[in-house]
Amino acid sequence: MSVIYLLISISIVVAIGFFFAFVKAVKSGQYDDDYTPSVRMLFDDELKESKTNPKSNNNR
Amino acid sequence: MDTKKCFHCGLDIDVKEEIIFDEKSFCCSGCKTVYEIFSDNGLSNYYDFENAPGATPQDIKGKYDFLDNETIVAKLLDFKEEDTHIVSLYIPHIHCSSCIWILENLNKLQEGISSSQVNFSKKKVRIVFNPEQITLKTIVHILSSIGYEPYISLENYEEKKQGISRELTYKLGVAFFCFGNVMLLSFPEYFDVDEFWLDKYKGFFRWLIFVLSLPSFLYAASGYYVSAWKSIKSGMLNIDIPIALGLIVMFIRSTVDIVFGFGQGFFDSLTGLVFFMLLGRLFQQKTYNFLSFERDFKSYFPIAVTKITSDKEEVSVPVYDIEKGDRLLIRNQELIPVDGILISTETDIDYSFVTGEAVPINKKSGDKVFAGGRQAGSVIEMEVLHSVSQSYLTQLWSNAAFAKKEARDYKTMTDTISRYFTPSILIIAILTFIYWLFIDANIAFNVFTAVLIVACPCALALSAPFTLGNVLRIMGKQKLYLKNATVIEQMAKIDTIVFDKTGTITTNKKAAIVYEGAELSSQEEKIIKNILRGSNHPLSRRLYDFLPVQEQESVIGFEEITGKGIQGGVDGYFIKIGSATFVGLEAIQSLQTSVHIVINETYKGKYVFDNQYREGLELLFEKLVINNYQLKILSGDNEGERDALGALLPTGTELVFNQKPEEKLAFIEQLQKEGKNVMMIGDGLNDAGALAQSNVGISISENVNVFSPACDGILDAEQFKKIGFFLRFSKNAVKTIKISFTLSLLYNAVGLSFAISGVLSPLAAAILMPLSTITIVSFVTIVSNYYAKNSEKA
Repeated sequence: MSVIYLLISISIVVAIGFFFAFVKAVKSGQYDDDYTPSVRMLFDDELKESKTNPKSNNNR
Repeated sequence: MDTKKCFHCGLDIDVKEEIIFDEKSFCCSGCKTVYEIFSDNGLSNYYDFENAPGATPQDIKGKYDFLDNETIVAKLLDFKEEDTHIVSLYIPHIHCSSCIWILENLNKLQEGISSSQVNFSKKKVRIVFNPEQITLKTIVHILSSIGYEPYISLENYEEKKQGISRELTYKLGVAFFCFGNVMLLSFPEYFDVDEFWLDKYKGFFRWLIFVLSLPSFLYAASGYYVSAWKSIKSGMLNIDIPIALGLIVMFIRSTVDIVFGFGQGFFDSLTGLVFFMLLGRLFQQKTYNFLSFERDFKSYFPIAVTKITSDKEEVSVPVYDIEKGDRLLIRNQELIPVDGILISTETDIDYSFVTGEAVPINKKSGDKVFAGGRQAGSVIEMEVLHSVSQSYLTQLWSNAAFAKKEARDYKTMTDTISRYFTPSILIIAILTFIYWLFIDANIAFNVFTAVLIVACPCALALSAPFTLGNVLRIMGKQKLYLKNATVIEQMAKIDTIVFDKTGTITTNKKAAIVYEGAELSSQEEKIIKNILRGSNHPLSRRLYDFLPVQEQESVIGFEEITGKGIQGGVDGYFIKIGSATFVGLEAIQSLQTSVHIVINETYKGKYVFDNQYREGLELLFEKLVINNYQLKILSGDNEGERDALGALLPTGTELVFNQKPEEKLAFIEQLQKEGKNVMMIGDGLNDAGALAQSNVGISISENVNVFSPACDGILDAEQFKKIGFFLRFSKNAVKTIKISFTLSLLYNAVGLSFAISGVLSPLAAAILMPLSTITIVSFVTIVSNYYAKNSEKA
């Protein structure tokens, strides 16, 4: 048994692993909206800042 | 002039009404309140992402009372469980990152909302809330109070929750996965076949490639087999037949090759082909998610109306539950959902949406009112005559002629060309097969399959999708949103353009009326107003509405001379109001509509009606006429403006007035029978039939996010003057496709010459196919972009 069979099998397994990750991502709706997340990721910092905002008295 | 802009909504501030709060200026208290809400809740970051992102909250008193009704709310919810409800609301105002930010932070604004997520491209927000802490009505009120009023219509009520189709994404993923791996594994064989190690593992590699190409061949490409089969069954040869044939032959030949050890097969080309073609589909499939091209009256109708029960109570009931004999309460600016009889003394009803008639119609107690009218008076009561499904408007809509003809067979250019392409490929393949049988029977099979493989019209099939997809995007940037790519091909064929009048070539904004001449005393204004009361002419009505309210006087000897003017005596004065010739002046050619006033035989002056025609109308029409388009105006309005329009438009423009929706449809149909390719440009519900019937129906909209009837494309009203550009551009797009067809046929010829002479190696195929695809794709992209710039200049 040559090592090449082992290597190729491993590489195929890895590739299939990525493929399933892709299928899962599509299923969970990640490809449905390709704009909003790109904006949303920029918000995170601002959110923390406003939580510490002394004015915010309505926070739970 | 002070040109301060409102900190919240960005509108100019009227100096008198400026409100200063927290060192910031606001245009109205509504905007200030929103700012207050945000800053109190630590959400003032809203203003950091975008300058003046907000909208002024509208008065919504009572508008959402129907959300108290449990059954209605249940219909609107996406998901419902004890302590979790999920609702998706369409909010037209969503337009920038600030919007996303504030809407996704709703939970900080209101207890009970646990999370919210915005889908920007669909302009929807999905809100998860706890029904024990908050009701849907409160949520809607909060959204409205911060300027994000959701739009809820009958359509939401009926809407079946449909899943999003992700099939293409999956297929593309599968195709790419197979393509990449197969390419990688085929690489060694491209170079040196006799090398020791390569020889040893050849079998293993080949079978691995075979297995990897299976998903691509069987799943990713399945759409092509289905479509090819359908087209064979219906007897129409489309481009998918040679594609499917090529794919299947490629697969069989390659399998035979590796089974008998003839060679490595064409699996690399096969998977590559599938991937590129799917990519073309994705590219063409640009859709404008936030627009809807398939609307019917349901999206205009309210979900619920206020019903007055027998014990004088006001309750909200779903529109479908209205029965004959019910009493309804219709507020100002609400739509009348059913036919009925007016009970209140008097009101004005604006039917512009249904008939195109711009002037509201006055209705008295006992008059019949029809569904689709917008109530323009104060609150009215009416008694229902028909339920929703039996009302005039619904009947009209259910009329078969009004249904958009889906089955209207339109042969795309690709289909036309493939009608010749498919048979000729088969003939060439068979001829070469016979030819090689005489020379060398052994390779006859090889040559036969090679012809079918190399003829697979991948580049041909891609030229149209890529060109049209690109053009669709460019037009979208210029604010013409087309339903799909085929519309562009149809636009290129248009020779007759029919315009609706009200709302299409005129704007909906109220026109200004200016008085020119000797100053009128208030006494004189009073008698003018009194004379006007008797006239039903649209200009009289508009002038009447324009003049300040006066006490009534009796009019003696009132007379209306059709097409000229009115005259009569009031309070000892004798007044003539009308056209220039009527008051004894010389008629001057003018584009402006004016009404002249003569009191006691002395000429006083004239009221000039600012024509409400869209900017650039004249120039556009002139250009269209030069480019040999036939122009026609189709109006639901009366003939009042015939002269003004006639003067404005190029000679030869046909003007047709007093058209009911059905008649508009028939008019278009008649033109089509005469062999014309008609483009209809309209706006309201009254044009819906004509828009559906025409070859290309474009609807004009002041606000693309809100209303438009079913159509092929939606044009932002401000881009009206660009219609000429769009038409020219579509013609150029078709020209581009034709050129790229020729190019790809050249590639096919080169490939065929390899195949026929029996020297097509897998390597040659693997190079030729992607090469042709890439050149075609880059060619059409560059050329269509060039044309976009060029047609704009011209």
